[in-house]
Amino acid sequence: MIDPSLSLLRKVWILFSTFFRIGTFTIGGGYAMLPLIEREFVEDRKWVTKEEMIDILAIVQSLPGIIAVNSSIFIGYRVSGLLGAVIATVGLLISPIAMITAFAYLYINVQEKEFLQGLFIGVRSGVTALILLAGIRLGKSVLTGIFAWSAAAASLTAVWIIGVHAGLVILFSALAGSIAYGINRARERR
Amino acid sequence: MIYLELLVTFFRIGILGFGGGYVIIPLLSSEIALHQWLTSQEFADIVAVSQMTPGPIGINTATFVGIRTAGFLGGLAATAGMILPSLLLVILAAHMMGKFKESAVIQAILKGIRPAVIGLIGFAVIFFASMSVLPGLDEGGGDFPIDFRALAVFLVVLILSAKRKIHPIGAIVISAVMGLALYAV
Repeated sequence: MIDPSLSLLRKVWILFSTFFRIGTFTIGGGYAMLPLIEREFVEDRKWVTKEEMIDILAIVQSLPGIIAVNSSIFIGYRVSGLLGAVIATVGLLISPIAMITAFAYLYINVQEKEFLQGLFIGVRSGVTALILLAGIRLGKSVLTGIFAWSAAAASLTAVWIIGVHAGLVILFSALAGSIAYGINRARERR
Repeated sequence: MIYLELLVTFFRIGILGFGGGYVIIPLLSSEIALHQWLTSQEFADIVAVSQMTPGPIGINTATFVGIRTAGFLGGLAATAGMILPSLLLVILAAHMMGKFKESAVIQAILKGIRPAVIGLIGFAVIFFASMSVLPGLDEGGGDFPIDFRALAVFLVVLILSAKRKIHPIGAIVISAVMGLALYAV
């Protein structure tokens, strides 16, 4: 829940500064921003619950566009409407745009800078640990029974081993959820 | 007008790019070839830079192509084009979700989706591990070579984050410094 006593200006500033940090420190795209968003909005500020965080992940992946941008728009909109969506996204993109602009004008050949490889492998290793921990924290509230565990295992197998698109996995599990709902309703009527 | 052309082209990429970076790369590559905006070497470089700098590859490429073809304003036009479809569709989705959140059907659907999302987070872990700690993972072979220097970084971050609850930004800075130091030898 968002504290109702917060002024619009304050909320918008928090959105901007938080997404600016996320945009500056997310190397590797997509899921690399999950640990940061989860820490800032779920753990620290409690603006988003664990379940909502998972729902947001499902929605931003099912829509076209960039996962990090979709997330900033979704959370920004939830917190303070269209203004929030725009400000959060601007905050997210300032650092990346500044860096690419510098690159475009200077045209630094990064592939020749071999010593930088260590930095990126290091960051990816750390990010692996961070996503793992975020996944465990979010998973605890969801993986409560044999069905949930099987569904999670099935979706992992589908995207990893078979190479199914993540959007299709979400669509299929939505279908499974509505079928389960229909069966339950039919049972209750009897 | 070049700004409009950039805006429209990247709008098209934005609206077709389901699933982020790895879907967007082929889309970008064909549009860039069609418009002859970049050489293939420049495109390879921008993909490499995108993986190394913060920021999504779609945004990075849009900004880069825009600047190269029409200066800084071109960069802004292309980036805006890329974001616009997301802005429209995500706001629509957020609005609908707020409205129908209490509906029993929506609750049932969300209940079905959540475990699958946990599976997808699991895949993200495997994806990042295959680019660091377990480099043999994406080759699909029987042997799983382990990168021990990457493993050291992984374990340090895992322990500091789980036990000390350090902030993810601190963890990323530690990972970067450790990586630089370990691979410099």
